[in-house]
Amino acid sequence: MSIVVQLAYIFSALLFIFGLKLLSSPATARKGNMLSSVGMLIAVVVTLLDKDILSYQWIIVGIVIGGVIGALVARLVAMTSMPEMVALFNGFGGLASLLVAWEGYHRAPESVDMFIAVSTVLSVFIGGVTFTGSLIAYGKLSGKVNGKPMLFPGQQIVNFLILLAAIAGAVVFSINPTENMPVFLGLLGVAFVFGVLAVIPIGGADMPVVISLLNSYSGLAACATGFVIQNTILIVTGALVGASGIILTQIMCKAMNRSLGNVLFSGFGSGGGSHKAQGDVTGEIKPVSAEDAFILLEAASSVAIVPGYGLAVAQAQHACRELAEHLENNGAEVQFAIHPVAGRMPGHMNVLLAEANVPYDQLVEMDTINPIMETVDVCLVIGANDVVNPAAKEEESSPIYGMPVIEADRAKTVIVMKRSMAAGFAGIENLLFYKENTRMLFGDAKATLQALVSEFEN
Amino acid sequence: MKEFKMNPETISLLFFVFMLSVALGFELISKVPSMLHTPLMSGSNAISGIALVGAVLAAGADHGDDRIGVALGVGAVALATINVIGGYLVTDRMLEMFKKKDKEQP
Repeated sequence: MSIVVQLAYIFSALLFIFGLKLLSSPATARKGNMLSSVGMLIAVVVTLLDKDILSYQWIIVGIVIGGVIGALVARLVAMTSMPEMVALFNGFGGLASLLVAWEGYHRAPESVDMFIAVSTVLSVFIGGVTFTGSLIAYGKLSGKVNGKPMLFPGQQIVNFLILLAAIAGAVVFSINPTENMPVFLGLLGVAFVFGVLAVIPIGGADMPVVISLLNSYSGLAACATGFVIQNTILIVTGALVGASGIILTQIMCKAMNRSLGNVLFSGFGSGGGSHKAQGDVTGEIKPVSAEDAFILLEAASSVAIVPGYGLAVAQAQHACRELAEHLENNGAEVQFAIHPVAGRMPGHMNVLLAEANVPYDQLVEMDTINPIMETVDVCLVIGANDVVNPAAKEEESSPIYGMPVIEADRAKTVIVMKRSMAAGFAGIENLLFYKENTRMLFGDAKATLQALVSEFEN
Repeated sequence: MKEFKMNPETISLLFFVFMLSVALGFELISKVPSMLHTPLMSGSNAISGIALVGAVLAAGADHGDDRIGVALGVGAVALATINVIGGYLVTDRMLEMFKKKDKEQP
């Protein structure tokens, strides 16, 4: 590889790094994404000048097909469908890495030494698992596949045997890669099957963790492919993405109070999980009408809104922003307190609110709002449940004990907007609803918010 | 034909690069606020489309009459391009919506 290409690769790696760095603030994030895309453009363009490229026709065909599909999907996808789209793209990335490694072996099997063979196996296995695993995640998130964890007897044993077969195949292939296409194809099949089996036992609510983990895998697959074709930019960039995916997965697991092992192997929510707070529930539910809630809100000088995915399900983001504007015009200080895993993927709620034109300086993280919760006059909880449950702090027997939550109960008054008294996805009784300072405002989130807005307009 | 054989120096250098990149990745991502985690995921997903570089080399190689080789190459380019183009565009679409308060009023 020529020195010019190498220098260009270093430059694009720097752009990726600065791009990710600029993502640490919403003010610079867009610029960061642009820098990163320029880095990608440079890497691809200098690669096109490589002397090993003999014809461009197939490259152009592939780029046109992929470019049109990618651009269309990116324009048309709804913001609420972001999780399944990320899952799908992710799977494509993994499959692309796999195909590159496959093509290398297919074209020149005789020049594959043991190191390349091991890298090829890793690329094919990780890429294959990423592909089928992402497809299942996509299916579960978009409702095309049943979101419930699918468990069958002996599942762990089957998985173990498959892994064993994969390792055996990998060893056989690595020792003698030349003329071993059947073993290679066998490994490919095993990887695809394993990707499916690894994801089907995981419940739909845990899919965000899975996407993040698979995102990490797609980076690692690209990295392994980089070792196969000895390309530094693939190694560097793949490793960056691999590391970032793992960090994100950890952050998410922490926010959901689960260990990664627990997410991957437990089949959470597969039944038997309806934990009631036995006898500890004191106090009673105090329902209020929209008029009563309006009087409370009108008198408040500081309001914290805690949105959950219920808000997005009811398509109530715009009504919510309208209410926030009315509250501000009424002289109140309004903040949106957002739990790290609110929405269908981490940070999803922020995107949905930004789409509804809520300025990002009103979006406050859990760690910022909790210390000042006592100074909040009214905390308005909309369509959120488990992330505001004080049981996480108070009740050691609760399955969510220890989970970081927004401490809504510490506000002077709490208004909980909720469709009904049904428990959250974890099936846990919410102690917040029974607190002395809590008022329940039942009904559809959008209709209730609109009722409050029209109260303000009168 | 590409020379595939590798010497230990190259391999250890590549691992050196790999380890530094992993460390850098950890450092960078822990600084991103949870507010931006969704764009971060779709953005880093776009970056993992770097496989496109390898795909371009695979599709542009001398395949002669080998249809399987061509199919593998074109497939890899198309899939990686979806990942890259779609990923960057959708991330941009999301980040465009994040606005500060004073700029919001038209």
